[in-house]
Amino acid sequence: MSTDAKGLNFVKLAPWIYTAALFAIWEAAVWIFNLPVTFLPAPSRIAAAIVQYWGPIWSNSIQTLYTTLLGFVLAMVGGLAIGLLIGWSRSIYAGLYPLMIGFNAIPKVAVVPILIIWFGIGSIPAIITAFLISFFPIVVNVATGLATIEPETEDILRALGAKKMDIMIKVGIPRSMPYFFASLKVAITLAFVGSVLSETVGSNTGLGNMMAAAQSRFNVPLVFAGLVMLAIEGIVMYAIMAWIERRMTGWAHRSSMG
Amino acid sequence: MHLVNIDDVEMRYGGPEGTLAVSGLNVKMDRGEFVAVVGPSGCGKSTLMKLTTGLQRPQKGAVVVAGKEVTKPISIVGMAFQNPIMLPWRTTLDNILLPLEIVEKHRKRIRTHRKEYVERAEHLLELVGLKGFGEKFPWQLSGGMQQRANLCRALIHEPELLMLDEPFGALDAFTREELWCVIRDLHANTDVTVMLVTHDLRESAFLADRILVMSARPGRVLADHEVPFARPRQLDLLYDNDFNHLVQELHSEIARARDNA
Ligand SMILES: Nc1ncnc2c1ncn2[C@@H]1O[C@H](COP(=O)(O)OP(=O)(O)O)[C@@H](O)[C@H]1O
Ligand SMILES: [Mg+2]
Repeated sequence: MSTDAKGLNFVKLAPWIYTAALFAIWEAAVWIFNLPVTFLPAPSRIAAAIVQYWGPIWSNSIQTLYTTLLGFVLAMVGGLAIGLLIGWSRSIYAGLYPLMIGFNAIPKVAVVPILIIWFGIGSIPAIITAFLISFFPIVVNVATGLATIEPETEDILRALGAKKMDIMIKVGIPRSMPYFFASLKVAITLAFVGSVLSETVGSNTGLGNMMAAAQSRFNVPLVFAGLVMLAIEGIVMYAIMAWIERRMTGWAHRSSMG
Repeated sequence: MHLVNIDDVEMRYGGPEGTLAVSGLNVKMDRGEFVAVVGPSGCGKSTLMKLTTGLQRPQKGAVVVAGKEVTKPISIVGMAFQNPIMLPWRTTLDNILLPLEIVEKHRKRIRTHRKEYVERAEHLLELVGLKGFGEKFPWQLSGGMQQRANLCRALIHEPELLMLDEPFGALDAFTREELWCVIRDLHANTDVTVMLVTHDLRESAFLADRILVMSARPGRVLADHEVPFARPRQLDLLYDNDFNHLVQELHSEIARARDNA
C-alpha cells in the first residue's frame, strides 16, 4: 500500500524532475564547456532575459496565442465539417481527398508570402497559416471515425428503415467524436507551428517576429526566451486538449473501440 | 399464407460478372415457425437474411414477406448478428431503445411516451435474465450478457420476424446453452417467427421446427428436415439418440454439399 502510494507520487512528480534535470544539465554544460552566450545561453541567462524583456515577451506571447487559437478554432469547425462531409458521401470523398492531400503536401512556408500579398502584414496571414496546417489531421481523423463504422451496425439500422441522416446522427457523429478530440492534440501543436512560421516570414508582431528580430541583433537569450514561451504555451494548450478529450469521450477509453 | 416466401431467387454481388451468391433459392416460412438454416461456410446464408430483410434485392425471382414483395428494408424484422455491436457511448437500455428512434411507427412517439418504452425494454431485459443491467454500459457486460442485450434490441419494436445470424458463435459452450434456452422461451411465449442461421448443428436441432440445409455457393436449399422432438425441449435432449442421429445426418449432408462444390 505505502509503496504503491510512493510509486504513484513518483510518476506524478516525474515530469517535473525530468524537466529540472534537463535544465540543470544544460546549465552545467554551458559552465563546463564555457559556451559563449551567442551560441547557447544558460537557462539562468534565459530566465534573466525573460525578466528583462517581460513587457514585449508578454504582449508577443498573447499575440501568438491569439492567432494560433483563432486559426485552431477555424480548423476545428472546418475540419469537423469537411470530415463529416467526406465521410458522408463516397463521391465527395473521391473528389476532395486527393485535392486535400495535394494541398497538405505544399510547404506552408511557401504559402505565407501569398497570404501576405492578399491580406498584408498582420494577424490574418498567421491565423490562416495556423488554420491551414492544423486542419488536415482533423479532417482525416473525423473521416476515419466515420469510415470505420461496422457494416453490421449499418445493416441493422438500414433494415429498420434508417435514412443516411439517421445513421449519421445516431452512429456516425458520436462514433467519430473520439477521433475528433484525439486529433485536437495534434492540431493545436501544428497550429503553433503555423502561426509562428507566418510571424517569422512576414509580420511585425508575435513571438516568431520577436525571435527573428532578436536573432538579427544577436540577442540570443531573447531568441531562447521566445522558444521557452512557445514551449509553455504549447504544453498548456496540449494539456487542455487532452483534458477535454478525456472529459468528452471517456467511453472510448473504456470500451474496446480504438 | 406464408409469412416468408422466397421464390426461385438469384442474387449476384458486384454486377453481372460478380459473385453468384444464391441461385434457385426457395424458402417458405409459416407464421410462428422456427426455421434454422445450415450449410457450408460462404454458401449464402447471410445473403438469404439480407434478401429477406430487403437489405439486398434479388436479380431474379421474388421475395415476399407478410404478403408484400420486399423492395426496400422492412421494419417488421429484428436482427441480431454474431458481433453484438452495442454502441459504447449508450447505456445498455439506450442501446436497446435505439431501433425505436428509427422505426417510422415509433420514432415520433418515443419522445412523448418514453416511459412506456423503457418499461417494455426492462421487461425484455428481465426475460433474457439481465434485470437491472439497463444502466450499465456495454463494456461493463460480458460477451454473453451483451448478446442477451442484443436480443432485446432485436425484439424491442416487436418484430414479426426475428433474424439471427450465427448469434452465439463467439460464446463459450455453457453460455451458448443458456442462450438457447432464452431463445426457446422467447419463441414459446410470443408468436414471433424466427430464422436462425448457424453453423452449430446441435443448436439448429435443439431450437428449430425445421432445418434447411444449403448447398455450397451458389446457395440453394438441398434438404428440408422436420425436427420431430416435442416441445418444450430440455437441454438433456442433447444426449438423446435420435437427436444425435439427426445431427449426424445433417453433418454428412453438409460435408457432401461441400465436397460437391
Ligand atoms: N457484399 C458482398 N460483396 C461481394 N461478395 C459478397 C458480399 N457479401 C457476400 N459475398 C459473397 O457471397 C457469398 C455468400 O456470402 P454469405 O451469404 O455471407 O455466406 P455465408 O453467410 O453462408 O457464410 C460468399 O462467397 C461471399 O464471398
Ligand atoms: Mg454469414
